[in-house]
Amino acid sequence: MTLTLSNARIIDPEAGTIRDGSVIIDNGLIAAITSGTPRGEVIDCGGKYLAPGIIDIGVKVGEPGERHKESFKTAGLAAAAGGVTTMVTRPDTTPAIDSPEILDFFRRRAAESTPVKVLPMAALTKGREGKEMTEIGFLQDAGAVAFTDADRPVADAKILQRAMTYACSTDALVLGHVQEPVLSRGACMTSGAFATKLGLPAVSPMAERIQLERDMALVEMTGARYHADQITCAAALPALERAKAAGLRVTAGVSIHHLTLNEFDVEDYRTFFKVKPPLRAEDDRLAVIEAVRTGLIDVISSMHTPQDEESKRLPFEEAASGAVALQTLLPAALQLVHGGYLDLPTLFRAISLNPARLLGLPGGRMAEGAPADLILFDADKPFILDRAQLLSKSKNTPYDGRRMQGKVLRTLVSGRQVFANP
Amino acid sequence: MFSQRHLLGIEELSPDDITAILDLADHYAAHNLKQNKHLDVLAGLTQVNMFFENSTRTQASFEIAGKRLGADVMNMAMQASSIKKGETLIDTALTLNAMHPDLLVVRHPHSGAVKLLAEKVNCAVLNAGDGRHEHPTQALLDALTIRRRKKRLHRLTVAICGDIAHSRVARSNIFLLGKMENRVRLVGPKTLMPSGVDKLGVEITDNMREGLKDADVVMMLRLQKERMDGGFIPSEREYYHRWGLDAEKLSHAKPDTIVMHPGPMNRGVEIDGTLADDINISVIQEQVEMGVAVRMAAMELLARNLRRQGAA
Repeated sequence: MTLTLSNARIIDPEAGTIRDGSVIIDNGLIAAITSGTPRGEVIDCGGKYLAPGIIDIGVKVGEPGERHKESFKTAGLAAAAGGVTTMVTRPDTTPAIDSPEILDFFRRRAAESTPVKVLPMAALTKGREGKEMTEIGFLQDAGAVAFTDADRPVADAKILQRAMTYACSTDALVLGHVQEPVLSRGACMTSGAFATKLGLPAVSPMAERIQLERDMALVEMTGARYHADQITCAAALPALERAKAAGLRVTAGVSIHHLTLNEFDVEDYRTFFKVKPPLRAEDDRLAVIEAVRTGLIDVISSMHTPQDEESKRLPFEEAASGAVALQTLLPAALQLVHGGYLDLPTLFRAISLNPARLLGLPGGRMAEGAPADLILFDADKPFILDRAQLLSKSKNTPYDGRRMQGKVLRTLVSGRQVFANP
Repeated sequence: MFSQRHLLGIEELSPDDITAILDLADHYAAHNLKQNKHLDVLAGLTQVNMFFENSTRTQASFEIAGKRLGADVMNMAMQASSIKKGETLIDTALTLNAMHPDLLVVRHPHSGAVKLLAEKVNCAVLNAGDGRHEHPTQALLDALTIRRRKKRLHRLTVAICGDIAHSRVARSNIFLLGKMENRVRLVGPKTLMPSGVDKLGVEITDNMREGLKDADVVMMLRLQKERMDGGFIPSEREYYHRWGLDAEKLSHAKPDTIVMHPGPMNRGVEIDGTLADDINISVIQEQVEMGVAVRMAAMELLARNLRRQGAA
């Protein structure tokens, strides 16, 4: 089957360019990028942007264990509507995805219910308890693309060192949550005048730097391939820069929330703004955006974490952490483009190209032979976000009522349309 | 005119609101010395005291205040009740709301919990302390005590000493004294000084003699051992040596200074026992007395607004 997306503004994150033309799709792959004659069925893109689909590292789906918060079906619908063509899922489910058997179940459910691609990450230690490493080899054979205990840092350096060393033998990617656990215990805000005024337990952003420095030393020691899931403050950036300059195989990500919100958004104990790590000061937010622009931070992800009303309608300290973001990742990120902080090719480098490179995927590129995982979007279309309209089963978005710009018009996975804006 | 619907914190109050409460409280302080203390100001209204955290003094003070004004007062010991059965705060609030209370006095171990509850009920809510956030009636009774002793509530130097980090009393007092244009000094070990507190318009020192210098008011705080999750100080005796209030340290303050403490006191930890009992210096008993008056005033003002709202 052949399809031509004509009259598009094509974003190429690899070349860092935007150009007008058509993309011809054949058998689920990009066959040609051309200004010439269309072939097969033709879709007129009306001069809107066409880009590689988003590859989102760190999506939590509620299966198994919390289907009342999010199922594969609802996560898949939200992803397709948000332009996410590949969800790289987290293992912090109940039970944790820490054995090949649970992973098999997970992949089967994913395949049955979602129109987008799902690549699972597995736990690095059994039960995410930080005590014994999981069957990294078997889990890789069963389809795990990376290993992480999600929001639980492995506290014991010896255990992490051994898991990293073992991971090297299969060249497995290890993801770390870089928050020093003892300093972070009980904290739900970043320390400073605002947290003090609210009387909430808080942690210094130094907790992030301390854990990152430790993990960098362990990477140096073991040679492991390592990705820091979320770098959210200026204090952690020099350590990352040093590690990269030293040639360590290290990359880093940041959540869209830390790029677009700061600690003051919590206002009067608004629990939809409670995320992990806690929202930072404005200076940190700006420093991290700059690091994304320069490429020091490689990846932007949604850190999609569905929580039902019951888990959020509690005093701030007791409320659950996390926010849904599959559908809001692109419009929120476009805020950075409209604000002049990033250009579109740089944005897609962080949400498509770099995640693909990190996981060794053929996607994330606007190139012949790459899978036709594509999104067509209007970068300017204004709207006011109404959380009730979100397709996720849980509606815990911090952007409710916010003015945003940017709408996905079509989402294609392997050349097949999985979403079209009505 | 006092137009607040709830009393959740000092931060939301204007200097006029504060003065309105204190003026009425002055009137009640005089009234409370009479033999017949009963009034009908709150007659027909139901006051519920909901304490999710242990309290003897504050709860008793609110109960006496309500009863003197003629309200029907009920105490609910929440540590023992439905939360143990897994009921959420909001469900508890909705259940209670269905019984139509008029005044709800709430204490809760988590910051912001009282505000969350206030959003879900129709009655007036008084914050009797939420986590380490605010304790507005304590700051108001402290202000009343100061105003009566010093004949003014502005341009005073007030030293707040001790465990600032875990103290909602400190936060409410910082807001109140700042709004009324006083000079506030925070004194205590750096481990008990919350981060960024310097941005709240106060001076900070870890030296008691410096901090107490020329102070008109010395406010001691309780060392909140129950809120600490690890060693903030090396020992109680070292703490007493460096930050405990004794006659020598107090000699750096103004000769007519007054010493305050929100209670309950740890004698020999943050304050010398003899000093605490010295009626020429210590106003600790007067604070308790003013507590009842301030709570009567606050409840009356909120009830007036409730009635006005009901009539509208």
